[in-house]
Amino acid sequence: MNVTCDFLVIGAGPAGMAAAATAARLGLSTVLVDEQATLGGQIYRQVEGRGDNPPGVSHLDWERGAALAAEFRASGAAYQSGTQVWQLDKDRKVYVTDGTKAACIVARRVLIATGAMERPVPLPGWTLPGVMTVGAAQIRYKTSQWVPQDGAWLAGSGPLVWLYAAQVLEAGGRIAGILDTAPPTNTARALRHTMGALRNWATVQRGRALQQRVRAAGVAVYKNVSALEAKGDGQLSAVRYCINGQWHEKPASLLLLHQGVVPHAHATLSLDAAHRWDERQRCFAPVVDAWGNLSVDGYAAAGDCAGIVGAEASALQGRLAALEGARALGVIDATQRDAQAAPVRAALSRHLPIRPFLDALFAPRASLFEPADDVLVCRCESVTARQIRDAVALGCVGPNQMKAYTRCGMGPCQGRMCGLAATEIIARTRNVSPSEIGLFHVRPPLKPLSLSEFATLAEG
Amino acid sequence: MAAERITVYVDGAAVTVSANDSAASAALQAGIGYTRLSPITGEKRAPYCMMGVCFECLMVIDGVPSRQACMVTVRPGMRIERQTGARVLS
Repeated sequence: MNVTCDFLVIGAGPAGMAAAATAARLGLSTVLVDEQATLGGQIYRQVEGRGDNPPGVSHLDWERGAALAAEFRASGAAYQSGTQVWQLDKDRKVYVTDGTKAACIVARRVLIATGAMERPVPLPGWTLPGVMTVGAAQIRYKTSQWVPQDGAWLAGSGPLVWLYAAQVLEAGGRIAGILDTAPPTNTARALRHTMGALRNWATVQRGRALQQRVRAAGVAVYKNVSALEAKGDGQLSAVRYCINGQWHEKPASLLLLHQGVVPHAHATLSLDAAHRWDERQRCFAPVVDAWGNLSVDGYAAAGDCAGIVGAEASALQGRLAALEGARALGVIDATQRDAQAAPVRAALSRHLPIRPFLDALFAPRASLFEPADDVLVCRCESVTARQIRDAVALGCVGPNQMKAYTRCGMGPCQGRMCGLAATEIIARTRNVSPSEIGLFHVRPPLKPLSLSEFATLAEG
Repeated sequence: MAAERITVYVDGAAVTVSANDSAASAALQAGIGYTRLSPITGEKRAPYCMMGVCFECLMVIDGVPSRQACMVTVRPGMRIERQTGARVLS
C-alpha cells in the first residue's frame, strides 16, 4: 500500500514528536512512524502509560515528555507505531513494515529522528548472559518499574549511570557498586568548559544531586577503573576490574555497562548522506545545516541521531526542521520561517552550552578502544579483535574490505554493535584518525524482513 | 497507574508479567538465563540492549523464529521460546 504525505518523521522521541506536531500545526500532512510500541523514544519511553504518578528523580523528564506527547496527539499528525523502516530511497520513497505487511510511504520531505544508542565498547565477557547495558536495564524500569534486587554492578562513564542508580535506589532496588572508568584527567578537561556549564547550572546541579543521592545511600563507587572483565561459564558470575594496575574480582549476577551514547545513524548512513567524525563526542554524525538538512535533497535529521545534544535540544531541533520543511514545501516563506524559528533558536542556544563540559567530563577512557586480541568485537558473527587486526595486517585499509575478509558486521545487527568499535581498532592499528577510516557501508534492508513481508508490497 | 498483569509462556513455563513488557523482558523475568545460542559458536546469549539494535534477543515467538524479542510487546498466552542455533528458512 502506498501512502503519500508532505512530511514523514522517522522516530517518536523528543525530536520526532516535536517535529511532527510542529509540521501538522503548519498544515502539512504529517506521518510519524516509529518501531517501538509506544510514543516517547527511549528517553520518554512509556511516558503516556505512567498515569499521574511520575517517579521522583525522573519527574522533570516525565513532565517534558508527557507535554510533548500531548502536543503531538493534539496536532492531527498520523502515528504508526510498531513500524520499522527498512529502506530509504533518495527520491523519498520510504519502505516500512509492521512485521507482517510492508508498505511504501512517498513523502515530499523526510525527517530522520532515530535518536541515540549506547556506545558499544567490547570487553572480555561482554556477550555473557547477565551482562547488559545500563540503558537496557533502565528500559525495564521505565516499562514495568523493574529494578534489580540482587545488586547490580554498574560500570563505565556517563550521566545515565548516576541517573539509573538513583532510580534503582528510589524504587527499592540494590546497586552492588559503581565501577567508574572515566580517567581522572577528564575533570581538568571539563573545567576548560566551565563557562558553558555555568550557563546550564541547573543541569549541573541536578547531576550533582543524583551523585550525592547515590553516594549517601552507601553505594560503593570505585574510581579510576582502567579495565574490566566479565567472568562466567555461560552465565555471568563475577566482574573483574583493574585500579592502579591491581586487579580485583567481585561476585556478580548482573553487570550493566555504559560508555555514553552515540548517534543511531544507520538511516542517514544508508542514504550515503555526508557524515563527519566528531572528535569531541568520539563518533560519526551526519553533516547537517542550521535547519537539519542533510546532504541528500529533501532529507533532514534532528536530535541525537545528528549529534548528541540531549532531549530538550532534540525537541527544539525537531521544530526547526519542521519549519524548514514547511518553507521548502511553500507553506510559509523564509521570513515567516525565520520569525517562528527565532524563539526556538534562542531556547536552543540555552541548552547547548553545557555539551562540551559533559562530553569532556564523561569521555570514555581511550584504552577501552583497544580490546585484547581474544575479545569478541562482532557479537553476531563472533569475530575477535585479533581477526580485525590480522585483516589490517593483510592490507585491509578500511571496514568494508575487513568485513569481506572476516564477516564482521554481516550478522543480523548489520554492524550496529561492532561498527564503531571496528573502526576504532582499524584506526589504532593503522595509527590514523577514525575520520580517515570511516564506517561500514549500510545497505537495505536496515532491519531484516521476511520474504513474505516483502512480497506484500506487490499486493498494492 | 500500574499496567495490567498477564500470563505468557517462556519455554513452556507460565510467567506473569506487565502488559507493557516486551517478550525479552518476560524471558528475563522467567529466569531462563540465556535466550538463544549463537548460530556461529553455540555460545549462550541473552538480551543486551533492549531497544532493538543488538539482535541478541532473537527468539521464537508464537512459532515465528528470529523475532527481536525486545521489540515485541507481550500478549496473553504468548509463547516465547529460546532460539537454538541457526533457523531454517520457512
